[in-house]
Amino acid sequence: MTAPATPSVTAKTPPAVELVDITKTFGRLVANDGVSLSVRSGSIHALVGENGAGKTTLMKVLFGLYQPDSGTLRVRGEVARFRSPLDALNAGLGMVHQHFMLVAPLTVAENITLGREPRAGLSYDRRRAEREVEELSRRYGLRIDPRAKIENLSVGEQQRVEILKTLYRGARVLILDEPTAVLTPQEVDELFAVLRSLRDQGDTVILITHKLREVMEISDRVTVMRGGQVAGEFETRATSVPELAEKMVGRPVLLELEKAAARPAAPALEVTALCVRDDRGLEAVRDVSLAVRAGEVLGIAGVEGNGQAELIEAITGLRAATSGRVALSGREITRATPLERLRAGLAHVPADRLSRGILAEYDLADNLILGRQRDRPFAKGAWLDRHAIHAHAVETLAAYDVRPPIPSAPVRTLSGGNQQKLVVGRELSRKGSLLVAAHPTRGVDLGAIEFIHRRLIAERDRGAGVLLVSSELSELLSLSDRLIVLYEGRVVVETRPEDTDERALGLFMTGQQTA
Amino acid sequence: MKRLLPLVPPLFAVVAALAVGALFILAVGQDPLTVYGAMASGVFGSAYGWGQVLFKATPLVFTGLAVALGFRAGLFNIGAEGQALMGSFVMGAVGAWLAPRAPGVVVMLVAAVAGVATGAAYAAIPGVLKARFGAHEVINTIMLNFVAAALINYFGHAAYVHETVHTPELPPGAMLARLGAWWPPLAGSPVNLSLFLAALACVAVGLLLWRTPFGYELRATGMNPGAAEYGGTRVPAVWVKAMALSGALSALVGVNFVLGYKGYFESNFTSGVGFLGIAVALLGRTHPLGIVIAALFFGALSQGGLVINSMVPKELVDILQAIVILMAIVSHETVERWLRRHA
Amino acid sequence: MIGESAGLVAAVFLAQTVRISVPYAYGAMGCTFSERGGVINIAAEGMFLHAALAYTLAAYFTGSAWLGVLAAVAAGLLTGALHALVTVTFRADQITSGLGINLLAVGLTRFVLKAVFHSSSNSEHVAGIAPWKIPVVSSLPGIGSLFETPLVLVAVALVGFSWWLLFQTPFGLRLRSVGEHPEAAATLGLGVSRLRYAGVLLSGAVCGLGGAWLASDQRSFTDGMSAGRGYIALAAMIVGKWNPVGAALACLLFGAAESLQIRLQGAGIPNEFLQMLPYVVTMLVLAGAIGRARPPAAVGKPYDPESHG
Repeated sequence: MTAPATPSVTAKTPPAVELVDITKTFGRLVANDGVSLSVRSGSIHALVGENGAGKTTLMKVLFGLYQPDSGTLRVRGEVARFRSPLDALNAGLGMVHQHFMLVAPLTVAENITLGREPRAGLSYDRRRAEREVEELSRRYGLRIDPRAKIENLSVGEQQRVEILKTLYRGARVLILDEPTAVLTPQEVDELFAVLRSLRDQGDTVILITHKLREVMEISDRVTVMRGGQVAGEFETRATSVPELAEKMVGRPVLLELEKAAARPAAPALEVTALCVRDDRGLEAVRDVSLAVRAGEVLGIAGVEGNGQAELIEAITGLRAATSGRVALSGREITRATPLERLRAGLAHVPADRLSRGILAEYDLADNLILGRQRDRPFAKGAWLDRHAIHAHAVETLAAYDVRPPIPSAPVRTLSGGNQQKLVVGRELSRKGSLLVAAHPTRGVDLGAIEFIHRRLIAERDRGAGVLLVSSELSELLSLSDRLIVLYEGRVVVETRPEDTDERALGLFMTGQQTA
Repeated sequence: MKRLLPLVPPLFAVVAALAVGALFILAVGQDPLTVYGAMASGVFGSAYGWGQVLFKATPLVFTGLAVALGFRAGLFNIGAEGQALMGSFVMGAVGAWLAPRAPGVVVMLVAAVAGVATGAAYAAIPGVLKARFGAHEVINTIMLNFVAAALINYFGHAAYVHETVHTPELPPGAMLARLGAWWPPLAGSPVNLSLFLAALACVAVGLLLWRTPFGYELRATGMNPGAAEYGGTRVPAVWVKAMALSGALSALVGVNFVLGYKGYFESNFTSGVGFLGIAVALLGRTHPLGIVIAALFFGALSQGGLVINSMVPKELVDILQAIVILMAIVSHETVERWLRRHA
Repeated sequence: MIGESAGLVAAVFLAQTVRISVPYAYGAMGCTFSERGGVINIAAEGMFLHAALAYTLAAYFTGSAWLGVLAAVAAGLLTGALHALVTVTFRADQITSGLGINLLAVGLTRFVLKAVFHSSSNSEHVAGIAPWKIPVVSSLPGIGSLFETPLVLVAVALVGFSWWLLFQTPFGLRLRSVGEHPEAAATLGLGVSRLRYAGVLLSGAVCGLGGAWLASDQRSFTDGMSAGRGYIALAAMIVGKWNPVGAALACLLFGAAESLQIRLQGAGIPNEFLQMLPYVVTMLVLAGAIGRARPPAAVGKPYDPESHG
């Protein structure tokens, strides 16, 4: 409140956009905690940070999708209040969402002009729309066929349409949310050329990303966010990737974990030359081979979207592999159903609790047998054994400190942290030979994080193999016995926690080949 | 308070429907209270009236359960009508063919089993189409209702020459006993042993849904297919099995009508019990106990229509039924949204 | 049929096919507007019934067929407004709402039939729409009568109009965008609910014309006179892949099958298989056997503006 936004020294014109002391909370979660950001007119400003650092929330506040709890917004020096994206559009802001807002069966020109259509009499003047789009695309060097249907375009082309959509509406400030996440390197080069030409024409670009190499390449200034706050702000040419990586990952609360040395035994999981496609049919996992031995934790680091999700789904049977082999305790399971894998000793804490991990309307007791509904002691002959289910619930809820421990309460009444403890408890109580844990502490408070960490190590010491995927580097470093980094579906490095640190991992994760 | 909230939509729907119905009664120059009063006393004032309510509620329990079972699996079965027709037709035809060749009990059992199997197989078609091709079950079940009518016309006309399709009558020995045979006040009402079959079906569906691993997986599939799959459930297989079970339940309508009442199959006898099953399932909140109450309510309504026909056209009852459906979904949605926001 | 020339037989067959297809076309165009905007409309059946009754009542009390048509459109609009209120404003399930409306229509029309005409089966005779005498065309053998029937001509024009409105106007573009991706439309400042209302109301008005056709062609109202035509219209919309022109062709196909059925009556060929044709074709299309039919992506999904705020 006392610190005014840093006035822009280099330009006499007011900043294109200023966010002053923005705070936004969701329930108990503070997504933005007094964030101030000033973006020079005619510059490319990068906003970087880990997942959950608050970047996207901040931009949604700026674009009128969220209302801030407190703080001020200024556009070209004037205080602005955006009640909806329409207000932001009218103020000359445009946003390219990470998930494109395009109508697939319509053409490029139709998508761009939608809502501001050129008319000929009562009809939609398609020819003029196409001509205008053609001119716009030529002016900004965004090559696109106005007559093409969106559904036939590549992702890079679709992104160009999104950018043109904002330009057609006269946007002078462009916000791009993780624009390179879905692009090929060539498409990234093209996008950057476009962004530079926009800047050179006096427009302003705000780029949300966590790829530091790109930040160095394209931006003029960079703001690093961490834990909902601004962790640092730099002129790009005066900083370096290592410095940014350190700011980005920070020095998090050190969770000192008492951990004995691992005693790895026979392989619990062997993955050989595995290839997997994602929902769009693109190769997401490319020729990955790895092994997890009983009694060790193998950590997988990587920026989200680099094949971790598809790899886990292929291991757990929720997605078919295109080629390669998966074996559990020496038994091939590449084509086995999810149920067969569970019965063969697999336990799985899924990445997305809500879409996979829990049945919101089921009570705690029923959620605790998910995956074992056909197995003893919960099923006896044709019937569920309610006593066994209840007893298991009472025991597991106590053992994993789920609160409140009421077996008959619907699971949706639990807090996120307690839901997660329930999922972890359910999977650990399987006492499997392999535990696949994806983001096991996401959205969980500190106390629960420590608890879950200790349980994962205990699981290792019991003799299970643990495959841990996380976006928290500190978590990976403190839990893993060995670590691999996935980048664009490939294993780029294998290392040990004692031989590396967060900064070095961050570089591997952002595509740097040398630490 | 919050625990009673789920009861609000059905109660609100009934009250709102009666209120709208009152406007129609006023429109034809009658007094709503008098009409509703006459309805209540005419229906519940005699053992015969009760018998009629039970008789009319019986098929609604079957179709209500059928639709509810689908809902629990995340499926909208609009085809209960066609499934009931197909099952009942086969029941009548098999019974008639077997009647001269076998003792009554055998005829009854074989006919019932054949009919139920037919209903199950017929309902499995949209299940397979969804599991295999991703074709939406709603449109397919609507289409299959019409296909059922045409198929029955074809086979019915080929086998039995009648103005409308009408299977030969079964001998009394192949029929279910009427309750009036044991308790004279019910004489005159065709309420029969299939009433107990309906009660049994409720218990069976309840046990299946809440006491077996399959029921666990079925409800999980309807609630969150992703989580069900994660938990080892083969979701497409659940769709097919749930549709087949739903069709089997729909076909039980024929036990009440063919084996319990008329002794033969007759075109169009279902007269909408399949569609009304949707209303029963919604109003009964897809729970067997709720379905029994809702079926009794709709049974009483349709009997009530006959009672008041001299004052107000009995179609008042159809209007009430429709408004109950619309009000039930509107108030359900509103309460759910309120709960989500205040969770 | 002896003595008829082959040409005349063909002309009569064609005329019959078109007449049978007319209500299907109204229903299919109506359903298309609603579903293109993202609201499933299985209530064409109920809209037909309400409109046919409204036509009959207006024509009965005023003696004017055209006031009857106006009343039919109004009844269709009101029915559409009910469907939109339930599904767009209250965001309740679209399929159940349609079913409820169809049940309502059966009861309501019978109720009024009894209250006004004191009959449970049919109304009294009412005025039909007077034919337009057009020189030369009217006297064409077999098909001439088609051209003098206003509501047949309106139906034909409607197909072209629907295509134009959906694919050649800003309104059509906006309507289709809320049926495909309402969030995208909303980020551009379009009013999703208002557009969806427009689609459903248009649907009601057009189905209202279909109801007017049924009653005016028969010059009375009979109980349940829509006789499943609303569902065949729905099927035609699906087979026509949510495109007015495709839907019109599907209507003609279904009409031809029915026409053939009438021709073949008593010829020893089972009618039932022709009867089944629309339904079976629709199922095959849905299963992807005859080209994939892709419904508007957001059809059936209530739009909740708060869900992404």
